[in-house]
Amino acid sequence: MFSNPDLQKLLFGRLTLDAVPLHEPILLITFAMVGLGGVAVLGALTYFRLWGPLWRDWFTSVDHKKIGIMYIVLALVMLLRGFADALMMRAQQAMAFGPNEGYLPPHHYDQIFTAHGVIMIFFVAMPLVTGLMNFVVPLQIGARDVAFPFLNNFSFWMTVSGAVTVMASLFVGEFARTGWLAYPPLSGPAMSPGVGVDYYIWALQIAGIGTLLSGINLIATIVKMRAPGMTMMKMPVFTWTALCTNILIVAAFPILTAVLALLSLDRYVGTHFFSNDLGGNPMMYVNLVWIWGHPEVYILILPAFGVFSEIVSTFSSKRLFGYASMVYATVVITILSYLVWLHHFFTMGSGASVNSFFGITTMIISIPTGAKIFNWLFTMYKGRIRFEVPMLWTVGFMVTFVIGGMTGVLLAVPPADFVLHNSLFLIAHFHNVIIGGVLFGMLAGITYWFPKAFGFKLDDFWGKVSFWFWLTGFWVAFMPLYVLGLMGVTRRVQHFDDPSLQIWFIIAAFGAVLILCGIASFAITLVVSVLRREQLRDTTGDPWGGRTLEWATSSPPPDYNFAFTPVIHDHDAWWDMKKRGYARPLQGFKAIHMPKNTAAGIILGVLSIVFSFAMIWYIWWLAAFSFAAIAVVAIGHTFNYNRDFYIPADEVVRTEGQRTSLLAERV
Amino acid sequence: MSAASKAGHDDHGHGHGHADGGSHGTFKDYMTGFVLSVILTAIPFILVMGNVLGNDRITGIVIMGFAVAQIVVHMIYFLHMNTKSEGGWTILALIFTLTLVIITLAGSLWVMYHLNTNMMPQHMHMG
Repeated sequence: MFSNPDLQKLLFGRLTLDAVPLHEPILLITFAMVGLGGVAVLGALTYFRLWGPLWRDWFTSVDHKKIGIMYIVLALVMLLRGFADALMMRAQQAMAFGPNEGYLPPHHYDQIFTAHGVIMIFFVAMPLVTGLMNFVVPLQIGARDVAFPFLNNFSFWMTVSGAVTVMASLFVGEFARTGWLAYPPLSGPAMSPGVGVDYYIWALQIAGIGTLLSGINLIATIVKMRAPGMTMMKMPVFTWTALCTNILIVAAFPILTAVLALLSLDRYVGTHFFSNDLGGNPMMYVNLVWIWGHPEVYILILPAFGVFSEIVSTFSSKRLFGYASMVYATVVITILSYLVWLHHFFTMGSGASVNSFFGITTMIISIPTGAKIFNWLFTMYKGRIRFEVPMLWTVGFMVTFVIGGMTGVLLAVPPADFVLHNSLFLIAHFHNVIIGGVLFGMLAGITYWFPKAFGFKLDDFWGKVSFWFWLTGFWVAFMPLYVLGLMGVTRRVQHFDDPSLQIWFIIAAFGAVLILCGIASFAITLVVSVLRREQLRDTTGDPWGGRTLEWATSSPPPDYNFAFTPVIHDHDAWWDMKKRGYARPLQGFKAIHMPKNTAAGIILGVLSIVFSFAMIWYIWWLAAFSFAAIAVVAIGHTFNYNRDFYIPADEVVRTEGQRTSLLAERV
Repeated sequence: MSAASKAGHDDHGHGHGHADGGSHGTFKDYMTGFVLSVILTAIPFILVMGNVLGNDRITGIVIMGFAVAQIVVHMIYFLHMNTKSEGGWTILALIFTLTLVIITLAGSLWVMYHLNTNMMPQHMHMG
């Protein structure tokens, strides 16, 4: 391209035209499809003149409800990418036996399983959890927004930047081939000299900033902004689990940031923290990354437990059994989750005393978790249970998660772990708890709170279809992996020699196709529900007979959530209000003080993408320039004093009047 | 100083009801903190530059002790932490943080000590 290689290096770092994988037909087809889809979406946005509304009402919005919805949209989009990776792996393993090499060469297969893990944890599960907490928590505690509205928008865009960076690796360069935690020395400069691990590092660092800040934000919101009367022991259980999750985020994510920073130093400036010589120790990386990694597991599952608690008591029309024990179980899990990390590397050679300590702490964690399961069962006991879609997910979760929990306790026994570690048994176990726990929980939560967010319920029939496909698909896809794992088949293998194993992989691939049908049915649910929205309309704001405060306001809630801050007397606040014959105030509305939208978050997000791209490709001038730009925009934003406005009283009167007439129509 | 802290309050006025339980410190507090932290910084410098203790290991341990004292001084005089500020949340958060830091450090040392003993046999050291 350039006659002068030095000039090219100065301008483009190690980025050359070879980095675009034109020689890979699979990637080329993907690229073409993404390109066509992208052009179609952009064209539609332009044709329907949606750019303005999208920018004004969504991208620059500091409204916690809109940011929560955007997080969930991001997660669902990334779920499609992560699931496409899963389907490719299942197809490869189902066919690559004996003489058949399959269709994915090892270097491509390794990128796919790494990308699958990274995307599913960081860009599907995390945004689902954060999005749901963002949407629900302020409503549940009777607040108007989160404590730091701009920070919330900024956190979201940092998460998007991380996701975009991972997606960019598909088309420019390559992704890491190291597995989702990038253990050194494999991820060190000697073994992985390419850009793959750098994409990994920068995507996680940028998204990690967003996660950490949103954790701080939600803790401050829950601690400082609860409605009057809502003492800690009157908080809804979902808010409790959100609080504990965010405490875990704030305590654990800095460890990941630090360990990735040390790995970057190893890769960029030649330090030896995790190399095999000059005093480095790769085992320290494994140790540190799991001190973050195990709490991360509970960061994901605790909000799901909260969702199930809300759903079980709502659809059983009963007060949650053992509220206090539920809270204590959550807090105990929060603490214990820091005492078990070594069970991820029993076989690294710690010896008997260390292994038995961590084995026992791991088994102890199943006690509070088991207490929760019994609480849900006792809540259902003698309840008038309505088996609507969220309740189906909940029951499906209980059946599935208990099996996952039991295989987890099995793996917590160090001698058993020596046999089963690194095998497909482990893969089956953690998919069992993440799909059966986190994903079912988040899908239950989305179905449950969808009418609150958009003002109409999701279609029942397609919701049930989706649930049954997901449930059966999960069992068909992962039970064969338990079997294979017990037979000693290891994970991350691209080709097999023993033909007797093939049948199990074919069954697992069929299960993945069932899950695909589940995802497709979920998409159909969304489309059908939007088309049938008038029949599915929720005019009451309380479509399920809810118990907590978010059901006290209209669906969708007005920008200010509550015209008057509610006063709380009981932990099922809205149920208590309904029981005592609560009358909606119809007059006396005042102007409401609200935060103003700002574009600073999205600008910082875009600049962060540029910065990480420049760092990945060694384009130093661009890195310096974009970093300076980030600093200028961030500092500049602190001088923006024009941050708030008042919703005038007559607008509040109008909004509340519409709700009054809607409620009257219904009667 | 009271005027300054009043202005500080006005900056917080954001309609979210800023319930403030913590003190904002007096001039005397800040000066005490400043002098203490200067002393706690100067002593380690002297210990290292003058090689007063004559033993690197002991010097290291003593400096770590001064560092911990420095942290406590900052928390009390600059971050205004006490058992009552913010309705007890600050001290609760501090205890939680300390617990986790101790778990992380003690656990890592314990684990890495074992790994070093078991996985780095003597003959691997190029003696």
